[in-house]
Amino acid sequence: MGSGTEIGKVRGHGAAGHGGDHWIMQRVTALGNIVLTIWFAISLILLPSFEYETLSAWLAQASVAVPMALLIFCVFKHVRLGLQVLIEDYVPDAGLKFGAIMLLNFYVMGAGALGLFAIAKIAFTGADA
Amino acid sequence: MVQSMSRDTKRPTSPHIMQYRWGIHMMASITHRIAGFILATVGMMTLVWWLLSISGGTESYAVFHTYAVDAGEGATSFQNLSNWFFRLAALAVVYSFFQHFFSGLRHLVMDMGAGFDLPANKLGAQAVFALALLATALTALLIYTRFLGA
Repeated sequence: MGSGTEIGKVRGHGAAGHGGDHWIMQRVTALGNIVLTIWFAISLILLPSFEYETLSAWLAQASVAVPMALLIFCVFKHVRLGLQVLIEDYVPDAGLKFGAIMLLNFYVMGAGALGLFAIAKIAFTGADA
Repeated sequence: MVQSMSRDTKRPTSPHIMQYRWGIHMMASITHRIAGFILATVGMMTLVWWLLSISGGTESYAVFHTYAVDAGEGATSFQNLSNWFFRLAALAVVYSFFQHFFSGLRHLVMDMGAGFDLPANKLGAQAVFALALLATALTALLIYTRFLGA
C-alpha cells in the first residue's frame, strides 16, 4: 500500500479499486489462447476423421487431454474477464450490473466445470466409454 | 461498487456515439467485442456440448452429430433446421474467431504503445478485417472440400 506518500496511496489502484490485475490477466490469458487455439485448430485439421472412435481415442491421450483442459481453463477465464468488461461498459444500473456479473460467473464456472469433467472422463475411462 | 444507485438524468452527457465520423478503427473496436461475445456464447456452449457428447459415449455423440452436424437420410424437419442453424453458427464462430484473433494481436501491439499514429492505426484495422475474411474463406473452403464437396 505504500508508506503514506501521495504516490504510495494511489499505486495499484485504478477506477476498479484493485489495480491492473484484471487488465493484465486479460492479456496473459490472450497469449495463452493464441498458443492453445492454434494447437486445437491444427489438431482438428490433422485428424483423419470425426468419427466417435477417432475423437475419443484422440482425446484420451495425455498429450491431448492436458492441453485441452488448459484451453478450457484459459479461454473461459478470458471469457469471464472479457464479458465482465462488456457488462461494466453497457449496463449502467449498478444493481443490474452486479447481478449480470454474478450470472456471468455462474455461467463460465458451470460451463468450465462441465468441459473439464468431460475431458477427465474421456481421459480416465478410456476411449470406449 | 462505490457508485450511486441512481443517475442524475439532468446532467450533461458526452456527445452521442453517432456524432463522430465513422472510421474503420471504431468498426474494428466494436467488432472485436461482438466477435468475443459470439465466441463466448455460441462457440463456448457448442465446444462444451461437443466434449460432453464425446464423454457420454457412442450414442450421445450420435445425438450431437444428428443435431449439430448432419442428420443424414430420413431427417426430421426440426433436425434439418438444427443442422442449418449450426452451419450458420459455425460460419459466425469461425469468422468471429479469426476477427477476434487478429484484432486481439493488434490490441497486444497497441498495448505496447505502438501503432497509434493515424495511418498505422487505420492500416492495422484494415488488415484485421482483410486477414479475418481471408482466413474464414480458406477455412470454409477446407470444410467444403473435405466434408460437403465431392
